[in-house]
Amino acid sequence: MLHFFLKRLALAALVALTVSLISFSLLFLAGDPAIALAGEGATDADIHAIRTQYGFDRPVMEQYLFWLKNALAGDFGTSYYFKTPVINLIAEKMPTTMILGLSAISFAILLSIPLGVLAAVKPNSLFDRIALFISVIGQAIPSFWFGLILIVTFAVKLRWVPVSGSDSWQHFILPTIVLGYYATPAIMRLTRAGMLEVLRADYIRTARAKGIRPGKVLFKHALRNAVIPVVGLAAVQLGFMLGGSVIIESIFALNGAGFLAFESISRNDFPVVQALILIFSLIYVLLTLLADLLNAWLDPRIRVA
Amino acid sequence: MTEQTINAPETGGPSWAAQLRQRIFGHLGLTIGGGILTLIVLCALLAGVIAPHDPYVQELTNRFASPVWMDGGGWDHILGTDHLGRDYLSRLLYGARISLLIGIVAALISGMIGTIMGVSAGYFGGKVDAVVMFLITVRLSMPVVLVALAVVALFGGSLFVVVTVLGLLLWDRFAVVMRSCTMQIRDLDYITSAKALGCSTPRILLTEIMPNVLNSLIVVVTLEMAHAIVLEAALSFLGLGVQPPLPSWGLMISEGKDMLLFEPWLITIPGVALFTLIFAINMLGDGIRDVTAPENRN
Repeated sequence: MLHFFLKRLALAALVALTVSLISFSLLFLAGDPAIALAGEGATDADIHAIRTQYGFDRPVMEQYLFWLKNALAGDFGTSYYFKTPVINLIAEKMPTTMILGLSAISFAILLSIPLGVLAAVKPNSLFDRIALFISVIGQAIPSFWFGLILIVTFAVKLRWVPVSGSDSWQHFILPTIVLGYYATPAIMRLTRAGMLEVLRADYIRTARAKGIRPGKVLFKHALRNAVIPVVGLAAVQLGFMLGGSVIIESIFALNGAGFLAFESISRNDFPVVQALILIFSLIYVLLTLLADLLNAWLDPRIRVA
Repeated sequence: MTEQTINAPETGGPSWAAQLRQRIFGHLGLTIGGGILTLIVLCALLAGVIAPHDPYVQELTNRFASPVWMDGGGWDHILGTDHLGRDYLSRLLYGARISLLIGIVAALISGMIGTIMGVSAGYFGGKVDAVVMFLITVRLSMPVVLVALAVVALFGGSLFVVVTVLGLLLWDRFAVVMRSCTMQIRDLDYITSAKALGCSTPRILLTEIMPNVLNSLIVVVTLEMAHAIVLEAALSFLGLGVQPPLPSWGLMISEGKDMLLFEPWLITIPGVALFTLIFAINMLGDGIRDVTAPENRN
């Protein structure tokens, strides 16, 4: 287990390093950061002063190492737009995105696991059809359009929930549904496939033959084994969702990190964009690492492989 | 395999082509998906002929004309007009060109990158495999939408930039699937005999491996086409994709968004078009997967 853990950890670190290099090079593609920082109406002398002050005149590699060293200490530079430390901006907005991500993945799991189980227990039944319908629609519906349709229906026409903003928990209902629905088809299909496979296994037949109650067989013996790959998928999906929060938060004007990313891109505020790309990637790397370890713990066969 | 099944075509059973036809048209999803997609492709190709108006001509005295089924709608503009008085149906028809173009070109670029990476990783294994797996992990850890938005913002939104960015980003599934498909067949007897005959590696890859992973490749192509089309629409919707006045469906939804409260059909129509296209491509992909799966043959 320790060997497995160390190997996974080393890989995660290497991935994180590569991503940091990519997101750093974005700033270089963005043009001269000194001009952007100086703002409009700055003289050549101003720009020159900023260039020396921030070290933009030094070799690229040196700048990268300097940026990386600061980033590791949580210093992602200064926002061109707000002129405040990037890390403060992100720290302020991240909780909203985290709440959205966690509630969306909970919504997806609560919807897809029961439906997946029911669909597997009774193939071709009404539940199976409903599950299939939900997953076919879910895969084809563009999330930003789905969000708009929900706003028109539930916020404008029925007035059940607020249209946009992030002041109360009601503001999170629609974004949670839209973002969660995106992950539902994959989780549901994996649960269904896993359950179908497990239910055919010998130990389930044995459990049934021993006269254990059907409910107990289903949830204690079958689901526990079927759900192992779902854990990994859910973690991966949560990572994708946080990245996808850019679109959802923009539609609902939910004031989180995704919305900040969108606004910063529109404002050419690249230190913020760069930091957000790195942070979203790191969260994904951590989530997959966690999922791998959790899987290895749940299923001893993985540790050996 | 028995003597009888080998000789089946000669002894008067249905021919191979007839069997394939039967499998294709016997599959409901494949027929529906293929049918809808063919219709959309025809609309896109014939947009110049069947569109009732020029999609770019503005008629500012006739803005937000209602579609024909609503009060005040008329047959002149069957789907109404947008905020600049442009005919909505014509824009929708021309918009199909953009979506299809994005889907095809992006899937072509990402398919090339992903297939080369996946097949080499699966065939050579070892260090090549380790490097490819690492690249896939790095790519997966980067938030696609965010990176695409940032790059489009850097280079300016245009059809060319959007298609290139999506093509360069969406290769991960190609690489993953092609890698595992190649691994499954690389040690089979016919590959070994090709090696024993002295076939060169490129020849083995092109004439022995590729034809046998083609089915899975086609399925991934459909998935990634759909993915690219949705992403283009999302980028255009956010204002960082294809730029006005091009009639991208995502852009149409974005332009209709401001009238969300008063004229919801402005976002419903292009949204339904987008949904139908993605739905048809997914159905077609699932159908191809079912029909070409070896266990379904004969």
